[in-house]
Amino acid sequence: MAEVKNILLSGVGGQGIILASKILATGLINAGYDVKMSEVHGMAQRGGSVTTQVRFGDKVYSPIIGKGQADILVSFETMETSRWLDFVKPDGKVVINDYRLASAPILIGTSNYPEGVIEFVKEQIDDTIVLNAAELANKLGNIKTMNVIIVGALIKALELEEIDWDQVIKETVKAKFVDMNIEALKLGMNQVK
Amino acid sequence: MKKFLTGNEAVARGAYESGVTYAAAYPGTPSTEILENIALYKEDIVAEWAPNEKVALESAFGASIAGARSLAAMKHVGVNVAADPLFTLGYTGVTGGLVLVSADDPGCHSSQNEQDNRYYAKFAKMACIEPSDSQESLDFVKEAYRISEEFDVAVLFRMTTRVCHSKGLVEEGVREEFEIIPYVKQPKKYIVAPANARLLHPVVEDRLKKLEAYSNNTFLNRIEWNDSKIGIVTSGVAYTYAKEVFGDNANYLKIGFSYPLPMDKIKEFAGRVETLYVIEELEPFMEEQMKVNGIQCIGKDKIPNVGELNPDIIAHALLGKEIETVKVDESKIVGRPPTLCAGCPHRGFFYQLSKKKNVMITGDIGCYTLGSAEPLNAIDTVICMGASISMGHGAQKAFAKNGVDIRVVSVIGDSTFMHTGINSLIDVAYNKGNTVNVILDNRITAMTGHQQNPGTGFTVQGEPTNQINFENLVEAIGIKHVVTVNPLKLDEVDKALEDAFNFDGPSVIITRWPCALKKYSQQDIEEFGPISSKCHVVEDKCKGCRICTKTGCPSISFDVTKKKAFIDPNQCVGCEVCLQSCPFDAIEKVGEK
Ligand SMILES: Cc1ncc(C[n+]2csc(CCOP(=O)(O)OP(=O)(O)O)c2C)c(N)n1
Repeated sequence: MAEVKNILLSGVGGQGIILASKILATGLINAGYDVKMSEVHGMAQRGGSVTTQVRFGDKVYSPIIGKGQADILVSFETMETSRWLDFVKPDGKVVINDYRLASAPILIGTSNYPEGVIEFVKEQIDDTIVLNAAELANKLGNIKTMNVIIVGALIKALELEEIDWDQVIKETVKAKFVDMNIEALKLGMNQVK
Repeated sequence: MKKFLTGNEAVARGAYESGVTYAAAYPGTPSTEILENIALYKEDIVAEWAPNEKVALESAFGASIAGARSLAAMKHVGVNVAADPLFTLGYTGVTGGLVLVSADDPGCHSSQNEQDNRYYAKFAKMACIEPSDSQESLDFVKEAYRISEEFDVAVLFRMTTRVCHSKGLVEEGVREEFEIIPYVKQPKKYIVAPANARLLHPVVEDRLKKLEAYSNNTFLNRIEWNDSKIGIVTSGVAYTYAKEVFGDNANYLKIGFSYPLPMDKIKEFAGRVETLYVIEELEPFMEEQMKVNGIQCIGKDKIPNVGELNPDIIAHALLGKEIETVKVDESKIVGRPPTLCAGCPHRGFFYQLSKKKNVMITGDIGCYTLGSAEPLNAIDTVICMGASISMGHGAQKAFAKNGVDIRVVSVIGDSTFMHTGINSLIDVAYNKGNTVNVILDNRITAMTGHQQNPGTGFTVQGEPTNQINFENLVEAIGIKHVVTVNPLKLDEVDKALEDAFNFDGPSVIITRWPCALKKYSQQDIEEFGPISSKCHVVEDKCKGCRICTKTGCPSISFDVTKKKAFIDPNQCVGCEVCLQSCPFDAIEKVGEK
């Protein structure tokens, strides 16, 4: 029996987290898992903090997890990693996108963007993977592929490369973006050893 | 093949498969996508955005009396608005099956409270069904229609955020066409004059008894026996949490039909276990009724009735389990509250309003509620939809009567104005109020994700339709001082506010500019023109005064080392509010000058 695995994706509204989780969930369903995915709509488009949870295994009941339960936290934005870090199992994994988006208090100057987030996360979680998806996406020629690059890293970190992800991309993104996103996914996978 | 659906999508599918031909709703998270998905069945179902929830329920009720299967959907607080027809519907019953979907929001993810609407079912004496996941959301809707007709009762279909917005695998069925029930006048049933109402009440009590008998036998309330001395009575998404925590180490009485409760079944279940837990989200709805019936159980004395549950909260509360977590460093977390978007038309208006002294600003619910946040701080109260105008009216009257020299400005969005604000404005005009009322018309219902409304000119199914003219409307109500402005032009806004303050009597300012995220219609393109070029900071001219950051635009940041403002070209849409705010003309349009 496959034990249920828990994935937590965090980031900021507008970063394409919903599509990222859709790609992930589609691949897992194609592979025959039971999957539950939970997202919170509403304030998401207004620049607020956003998370989605994806759980998969033979049989999944709850759509959500509590603290200390995520096998992997994938953060699309650096500071958001700190906000959700205590959701990760102490022996879990973290994937951080080294990418900063200032929140309102930082923009208006009442707070500073916190320094040392990545170092702190590494101290807490041994298996921490850092990537600069924005740089990679720009190299690919489209910043919008950032989310798919991160999914690539996640797939590799979870050892899910066996699934036919090219097929999944074909099912989930518009035809004219398929090739670029397949490339983005590969690029992300290559970031993880 | 199974589909991966949210609970909301599954409810829509369930309504379709049940042969529903009429559905109405008012948007509200987490319920909104129910009607949006029903609207996709264009050929088979009439789907409509109503201006508010009372209207939605009443029109669905009308369709039921006409003999069709119908549905109304709303968020939990929407049921408060629809409560008047709801309670009497509890008396009359239905003709065609009628399902009212109430989407509750434990944890207040996007709501002003976390009321538990199962109490409405008990209060209004109707049936209550609670699905736990997407598959049940589809299957239970079908049973809801069957029950509704068999027992002559409307069904409150109670969902919660995690059921509405979680996806799971769902086996779909086919649509069963529902033959409309031939219309006959039934005055004793549908005219609730006192003489009839008195006769209806005992019928309702009798119906509840029959429903309780059904509740004891239905597959919606099922027992899962395992080898254990623990028994758990649970419902909704809490069932899935209980399964995660206890697995096969408990017996379950899973309640899908939660009003009237299957009290005999619960008693029998209780009698066969040693420890009985009640695991339910929010209020002790089942627990209270069980205790009144003399069933000993453990529930809210251990499990919180505040906020939403999750498996860990239950494991901690009932099993004393401590979950190991890693350290968090609070100094590495800065808040990330939602903000008005770059280019939001509400920003220009609130920026100018925030400069006014000696005003009380009553606000309302929508994106513009964010005008209350730093750095704009331009709203003093927000309670419920439509309240800005009426609360402002009462406050202004009280100030005047008691010699307090404060002017009241009431701000309300276009959709919210048509929801219930319009009644409040009638009050202002009728009772000779003296408030400044601002309708923030961003040409769409933005907060809930861009739904059409009576002001936009389109229906939920995308067809062109009548469009309310706000100016004509408020003039017809009796408001003499009415002006429409572009909220992105700060001097226009300022003049409108000053003129309104100087006018003796109630006034209306309509700010008219599309939401920055709105997909322009042909009319929008003609009226608002092409989107203009972005703004940038001319560093030589920037004195580092930070005034532009006071607009709260998320595309503007301040570089502390350079002491210069910076506009992120990836975010800026060229609304020019910052450009007008700069006292040193240091912000210019890209490509100009
Ligand atoms: C009774 C009730 N119904 C629905 C909602 C959900 N809701 C919150 S804001 C909003 C729409 C606001 O639209 P509008 O007034 O046009 O303002 P905008 O967000 O476009 O600025 C809705 C439907 C609610 N809070 N209360």
